[in-house]
Amino acid sequence: MELYMSLAIGVLFTVGVYLVLSKSLLRIILGTSLLTHGVHLLLLTMSRLKTGAAPLLGQKADAYVDPLPQALILTSIVISFGVTSFFFVLAYKAYQNLGTDNMEQLKGDDDE
Amino acid sequence: MSLLHAVIIFPLLSALCSPYLQRMTIRIHTGWFMLPVPMLIFAYVMGKLQLVQEGDPIQASIPWIASLGISFTVYLDGLSMLFALLISGIGFLVVLYSIYYLDRNKEAVGTFYAYLMLFMGAMLGVVLSDNMIVLYGFWELTSISSFLLIAFWFKREKSKYGALKSMLITVFGGLAMLGGFVLLYVMTGTFSIREIIGNVSAITEHALFVPAMLLVLLGAFTKSAQFPFHIWLPDAMEAPTPVSAYLHSATMVKAGLYLVARLSPVFAGAAGWFWLVSAVGILTLIYGSYRAMKQTDLKAMLAFSTISQLGLIMSLFGLGSAASVYAGSTESLFYVKATMAGIFHMINHAVFKGALFMVVGIVDHETGTRDIRRLGGLMSVMPVTFSIALVGAFSMAGLPPFNGFLSKEMFFTAALNIMEMDVLRMDVFGILFPVIAWVASIFTFIYSMVLVFRTFTGPKTFDKLEKKPHEAPIGMLLPPLVLGSLAVVFGLFPNLVAYTLIEPALAAIHPSVLLPGQQFDASIHFWHGWTTEIFMTIGVICAGTVLYRLHRRVKLLHQPLFSAVSLNRTYDGGISFLNLGSKRITDCYMTGSIRHYLIYIFMFLIISVAVTMGRVSGIRFDFAGFAPMSLYEAVVIFALTVSVIAVPFARTRMMAVILTGTAGYMVTLFFVIFRAPDLALTQMIVETVSVTLFLLCFYHLPKLKKEAETLRFRLPNLIIALGVGMIMTLVALAANSSRSFESISDFFVKESYNLAGGKNIVNVILVDFRGFDTMLEIVVLGIASYGIYALIRLNLDGDEKSATAPGYWESGSKLPINGIRSNDVILRTISKAVIFIILTFSLYLFFSGHHEPGGGFIGGLMMAAAFVLLAMAFGIRTVREVVPVDFRKVSAFGILIALLTGIGSFWFDAPFLSHTFGYHDLPLLGHSELATAMLFDLGVYLTIVGITMTIILAIGRDK
Repeated sequence: MELYMSLAIGVLFTVGVYLVLSKSLLRIILGTSLLTHGVHLLLLTMSRLKTGAAPLLGQKADAYVDPLPQALILTSIVISFGVTSFFFVLAYKAYQNLGTDNMEQLKGDDDE
Repeated sequence: MSLLHAVIIFPLLSALCSPYLQRMTIRIHTGWFMLPVPMLIFAYVMGKLQLVQEGDPIQASIPWIASLGISFTVYLDGLSMLFALLISGIGFLVVLYSIYYLDRNKEAVGTFYAYLMLFMGAMLGVVLSDNMIVLYGFWELTSISSFLLIAFWFKREKSKYGALKSMLITVFGGLAMLGGFVLLYVMTGTFSIREIIGNVSAITEHALFVPAMLLVLLGAFTKSAQFPFHIWLPDAMEAPTPVSAYLHSATMVKAGLYLVARLSPVFAGAAGWFWLVSAVGILTLIYGSYRAMKQTDLKAMLAFSTISQLGLIMSLFGLGSAASVYAGSTESLFYVKATMAGIFHMINHAVFKGALFMVVGIVDHETGTRDIRRLGGLMSVMPVTFSIALVGAFSMAGLPPFNGFLSKEMFFTAALNIMEMDVLRMDVFGILFPVIAWVASIFTFIYSMVLVFRTFTGPKTFDKLEKKPHEAPIGMLLPPLVLGSLAVVFGLFPNLVAYTLIEPALAAIHPSVLLPGQQFDASIHFWHGWTTEIFMTIGVICAGTVLYRLHRRVKLLHQPLFSAVSLNRTYDGGISFLNLGSKRITDCYMTGSIRHYLIYIFMFLIISVAVTMGRVSGIRFDFAGFAPMSLYEAVVIFALTVSVIAVPFARTRMMAVILTGTAGYMVTLFFVIFRAPDLALTQMIVETVSVTLFLLCFYHLPKLKKEAETLRFRLPNLIIALGVGMIMTLVALAANSSRSFESISDFFVKESYNLAGGKNIVNVILVDFRGFDTMLEIVVLGIASYGIYALIRLNLDGDEKSATAPGYWESGSKLPINGIRSNDVILRTISKAVIFIILTFSLYLFFSGHHEPGGGFIGGLMMAAAFVLLAMAFGIRTVREVVPVDFRKVSAFGILIALLTGIGSFWFDAPFLSHTFGYHDLPLLGHSELATAMLFDLGVYLTIVGITMTIILAIGRDK
C-alpha cells in the first residue's frame, strides 16, 4: 500500500509542479491545490498506514494511527482553503482589470 | 553604569533631543542647548587628570553578551584621556563656532546637532571602550555620523558623492578591522584589549598574528586617510566647515592613530608593524604635502595638509615602535621620543589645524569663495582673522615660537635617531627618513605661506567677490582665537602638557619598555643648542622662502603632475564597474518571471534532497511491513491517478475544475481508508465549499486556452516536474522504511485524556497541546478573508462603478447570486429542511469535538456550508435577512475569544493558552465535562464561520 501511495504522491507532485510552471493563472491555481493534496498524502503516508484504530480514545483499541500528522494536515487543509480562495479572487480581479491571465504579461515592465 | 559610561551616553541622548529642541524653541539656536554637553564632559575628564597621572586608570563595566565575552567596559588611561579631552574640548569650540556659522532660519540645525552629538558620543565610545567589539560598533558609528554630516547639504551632488566615498572606504576598513579583532579573539580568547596586552607574549609566534596585524592596520589606515586610502578626505570637505574642523581634522581621522597607539603594545615588536606604519606614514606625509601645495581651494589645501600631518604622526608612531624592538634595554627610551613627538604633534595639529579650518570657514562665510585665485588683501578688513591665520600657518610650517616648531624639531630628532638603528635593515634605509621628512617640511612651509599670504595680502580684489567682506562676529572669532592662543601657549610653555597629558599617554602606549626605576623623560625644551635639527629647520625656511617666491611661476609647484592616472579615477571606475557588473549579474537571474523563480526553487529542492539522500547513511528502502492493499483501495488510487494526470489535458475550465475536484474527493476517501475521520470530514466540506467558490468566480475567470506553448517551453517544465515527483516518491518511501528517531506521537496518545480530558486526540492536539499554532492559523485565515474582502470592495483603479457594491446590494437584485438563477423548486423545498439538519449537525460536531470526530474547524465549516446552501437556493439577500450579522465582526470576535482564553491563563500564573478541565453537574445536561479548551474551540468555530462567509459573500456580491 505504501509503495503505491508513494507513487500516487509522485504523480500528484509531478502534475502539480507542471501546472504551477505554466503561464496561465488558472492552471497555476489548480496546480497549487494538487500540490496541497500531494503534501497531505505525503504527511499521512510518512506515519505509516493502517497501524491501528482511528485516533479516538473512545474506541479503546490497542493501537491507534499516528494523530500528529492528522492534526498537521487538518490545519493545512483549512489554511490552503483560505489561500486558494485568496488566489482565486486575485486571479479574477487581475483578469478583470488587466484583461490577461498570462503570467508573462502580468510581470510588468522594468520601469515600474 | 558609571559616570564614565554616562560620558558616552550623554551626547547620544542629547542627539535624540536635538531635533525636538529645534522645533520647540524657535528663537534660540539649538547649538546653545548643546554647548553644555562637551563642556561638562571636558570638566569631568579634567577632574580625573590627577588620578590618571598617578597611574591609576578608571574602569567600569556593564555586562552585555557574556556568552560571547562581550561587555560594555570603559577604561580611562592616559591615552584615552588625551583623546577624550581633544574630543570634548575641540567639540565645545566647534559647537560654539557653528552657532554663528549655521543660520538657524535657513538650515536644519536640529538635525545638524543630532548628527554632531551622535558623532561625539560614538568617538568618545571608541576611545573609552576596552572591549574590541564595542569599540568596533562605535567605530562604525563614527563612519555613519561622518557620512550624515558630509551629506548635510544633501541636495548637492558633490556632497552625496563625498559622503558615499568616505562611507565606503572607512566602512571597508572597519570591516577589515573587525576581522583583525576576531583573529585576536581566536588567538587569545578575549575581546578585552587590556587582557590581550597582558597576554601578548603568547600570540607573537601565532600563525594568525600577521594577518590580524594587517587587517587592523587596514582599518587604521583607511580611517586616518593614509595613502592610498586618503582619497575620501578631500571630498569630505563638502561638509559644513565646523564639521571639517571637528571630524575631518581634529578627531575622527585620528581614530586610526588612536587604534595604532592603543594596539602598539600588542604588535609593536613585529618588524612588519614597524615598517608598515612608518613607511605608509612617511609616504603619506610627503604625498599629502606635495598635493596640498598645488591646491587652489583653501579647504582642499587644508584637507591634503591634514592627510600629510596624519602621515607624519603615523610615521612617528611607527618609528616609536622601535622602542619595543629594543624592549628592556636602555636604548628603548631613546626611540620612545618618536612616540612622544607623535603625541605632542597630535595635540598641536588639533590646535593649529582647528584654528585654520575655522579661519577658512570665516573667509568662506564672509566672502563667498575659498578660491585663492579670487582672494587677496583681506588683511585690511579682517585683521583678527588674519592674525589667527598667521599664528596657525606659522605653527603648521614649524616656525618658532609656536607649538608646531617644537613638535617638528622632535620629529626631525626622531627621524635622525632612526638612522642609528642597526636591526630591521634600518642601517640601509634609515637615511631615507630624515631626507623625506626634510623635503616634506619644505612643501609644508610653502603651502602654509600660500594659505595665509595669498588670502590676506596682495592686491585687493573685493569687486570680484559676491559679498563685501568684513570682520566676522565675535562668537565666530572666539573659538579660533582660543585655539590660536593655545598654539602660542603650548609653544612657549610645552611642559604644561608634557607631564599632564603626554607622559600618561606614553605609559599607555609603551607599558613594557621601562626598566624598573626608569621614568619617561617627557620634558620638552625650546632650545637644544646648534644641533642638526635646528640647521634642518633653517634649511627648510630658506629653501621654502625661495620656492614660495617661485610658486606662481613654476608649473611644477602649482599644477598637477599627471592627470591621466589618478586614484580617484580608479575609485570612480571601480564603483561604476561594480554597479554595472552587479546589475548585469542580477539581471541574469532576477528576470521578474515567477516561473523562473519557481524553477530555481524546485531545482534547489531536487538537488538538495537528492544530495542529502545520497550522502546520509541509514536511508534505505525496505518494502517489508507495508500495509496490505485491497481491490477497493486499488480502484481509488487508480481513480486519483487518472483524474490528476488528465488535468493538464483538460480542454475547458469546467473540465479541469471537475478533475481537480475528483482528485480532492479521492483524497477524502483516502482519509477514510487511513482512519482519519476528522480529516475526511474537513476535506469533504472544504472541497464542497471550494467548488461553490469556483462557481461564484466562474464567469470572472479567464477561459482555459489550449496550451499553445512550444516544446522548448514545455519540456524543461516536464523534466523538473518529473524530478520533483520522483524525489517526493523517494522521500515517502524512505520515510516509511527507516526511522532515525522515536516519534513524539506516543506522548499525545498517552496523555491526551489524562492531561487534556479529551478523547479525540487530533482535536486535543489542535486546541490544547498545539493551541498557539491554531491561534495563529485562524489569524492568518482572518487576514486572508479581509484580503479578499478588500480586493473586491476596494477599487484599485478608482473606478466608481464597482465601488458601489453596497448600493447595488441594498436595491435587491433579481440575480441573487452571480450567474446562478435559483428557480429550482426542488432545491428550494428540500434545502429548507436540509439547512436545519446541517446546522444541527454543525453544532453537534462542535460540542462532541473533544471526544468524537469534529471540533471548531469542522463545525464552523459545516455551518458555513449550510449558509452556502441557503444562498444557492434563495439568494444571498435571503442570507443577509435571515442571518443579519456582519461576518467580518464574527471572525474578529472569534479571534478575540481565542485570544482572551489564552490570556486568561495568566490569571492563574500559567503560560499563555494553558487549559484546564473538570467535571460538573449541570442542569439538563447532567454530569458533564467542562474544559477551557472548549472556549478556545468556540473562538475557532466562530472565526471559521466568519471567515468562510466573508469570503463567500464578498465574492458573491461582486458584479
